Amino acid sequence: MIVYLLRRVLNYSILTAVVSSLAYVLASLTLNPVHDLESRHPRPPQHVIDNKLDLLGANPDVPLIERTWTWFINIFHGDLGLTVSNHPVTDQLITRGGVSLQLLLVGSIIGAILGVILGVWGAVRQYRASDQVVTYASYLIFATPTFVMGILLMIAATQFNNAIGTQLITFSGQFSADAPTDFWGNLGDRLSHLLLPTIVLILGAAASYSRYQRNAMLDVLGADYIRTARAKGRTRSSALVRHGVRVALIPMSTFFAYSFGTLIAGATLLELVFSWHGMGEQAVQSIQTSDINSIAGATLFVSVLILCSSTLSEVLYAALDPRVRR
Amino acid sequence: MTLSSIDALTEKDSDGFGIDVPPDERPVRGRRSLSRNGLIWRRLKAMPRFWIGGSVLTFLVLFAFVGPVLSPYTFSQQDVMYFNYPPTTVHWFGTDQLGHDVLTQVMVGLQKSLMIGFIAGPLATILSALIGSFAGYVGGAADKAIVWFIDLMLVLPAFFVLIILYPFFRGASWIVMTFFLALTGWMIMAQVVRSQTRSLRERDFVKAARYMGFGPWSVVTRHIIPNVASLLIIDATLGVGAMILAETSLSFFGFGVQLPDVSLGSLLDAGDAAAVTRPWLFLAPAIVVVVLLLAINLVGDALRDAVDPTSKVNHG
Repeated sequence: MIVYLLRRVLNYSILTAVVSSLAYVLASLTLNPVHDLESRHPRPPQHVIDNKLDLLGANPDVPLIERTWTWFINIFHGDLGLTVSNHPVTDQLITRGGVSLQLLLVGSIIGAILGVILGVWGAVRQYRASDQVVTYASYLIFATPTFVMGILLMIAATQFNNAIGTQLITFSGQFSADAPTDFWGNLGDRLSHLLLPTIVLILGAAASYSRYQRNAMLDVLGADYIRTARAKGRTRSSALVRHGVRVALIPMSTFFAYSFGTLIAGATLLELVFSWHGMGEQAVQSIQTSDINSIAGATLFVSVLILCSSTLSEVLYAALDPRVRR
Repeated sequence: MTLSSIDALTEKDSDGFGIDVPPDERPVRGRRSLSRNGLIWRRLKAMPRFWIGGSVLTFLVLFAFVGPVLSPYTFSQQDVMYFNYPPTTVHWFGTDQLGHDVLTQVMVGLQKSLMIGFIAGPLATILSALIGSFAGYVGGAADKAIVWFIDLMLVLPAFFVLIILYPFFRGASWIVMTFFLALTGWMIMAQVVRSQTRSLRERDFVKAARYMGFGPWSVVTRHIIPNVASLLIIDATLGVGAMILAETSLSFFGFGVQLPDVSLGSLLDAGDAAAVTRPWLFLAPAIVVVVLLLAINLVGDALRDAVDPTSKVNHG
């Protein structure tokens, strides 16, 4: 079992390494980090431009393979190069990564739990009114792009704030500039900012998890072992939870890994909509400023996150399904 | 990879809406036996969501392509009497700061979004069918390589890949972006087709064709792909929605369709700045996007249930 897990992790790590190197190569091919310098008037002397290129590790005289290799090796020294504005990408990654994780972790965990509960509930009460409501709601959520949902909530929150006359819900950035400095006030301020983007993420995640969980659960409901458990004298709810939900969760663990990528993409868009200074914003800005190291850093961050979620889902799978544990 | 496409591959039965229990499918004495397509059509006919989704979709297509002809305003016409007007009887969806009629703008934007979706969605499906069936049929090293490549493509969300590739299609026509969208949306379906192919490969009719000396290409196109066709049709339908969603997101953040072209995404982008003060600029394209995606998903969903009421695609 441990060996199996280690093999999977090794495989994922190789994929991550290849993907982030590929992202570096692609970015190097498409972006010109000194575009800004070159288009200045008067044009700075050539040696200034060359210096800048050397500093960024993007000198076109060095073969691309060699540049990529240097970038890749430097990762293990905790060095991801400099941004075009000469800040270490690593520092940026740490602050911005933290911001993104806040959003992602809260959204995905609550979303997954809510989705599983709604899915099981919907399966048990199949075709009843409550099941229909959840189903229709999830269809509506599927059809709404995350950023549209975010902006709609912003419009609603503004109306709400106007109606009650104070700024109760705030939705720009992670915290206010004039936030209270004491611990609880500060926490409250941050939570108030977290509210809207998290709602959007939770709704999106819960909608897809609940559909999936509902189907997995419907498969299980008719199974013989549920009848056996009932025949043994377990109550219906105990049989469903102990024998039903546990089995129905097995396929979910794979789905969790798949959907995490979608969740990250969704969170990226939400960061931009709610002007959070996270990784998503970094990725988009680095394309706009032709910043190779910065976009490569962002992709590395995302692929490591996906690596972690895939590993986690393997562990979950093993924990739920004894046949895998050997 | 999008939510709706994953959902497409994983949902199993027609339980979504209690209203459409499949009609009785036992052969009825005295009635001509049904062909497979006839059976699918009979099931589809009995599903309200097929009719709802289909008619809304038809209406939107007419709205996009016939609407601008009927509209009293042209796309770029400025009505100097009405700047920034909320919806009125003169301008049903209001006007923007330059006096453009928002209704006409939305129609023209919808045109582009529909075209992108209807090209990119099926294109991604064709890619996944070819790659998936080839990998599953040939097996061996080629299969391993393809599976590894698919895993690789799945590590990064498509949005990231597309924004890195953005400089490639900046300034190019929207059709280039459409191809890139298709290139980032085929992986999950290819996995499904591959696993289906692996079981089909062991079936007698495929073996017979192989022993008769047909090469991989002939066997795949004549025997494998027709046998996964129903899956592919569903995927293509839902793919249209997924691609429109992707296009909208990209364009909204300035990485997609650019002037002089407009799409729903770029209209949303333009309306976003004033979303709170002049909500109609944002709400008009937003409502159209949601209704469009809802209609496509309903049709795709109905199609899936009609093709295989007990399908277990994801367990293959």
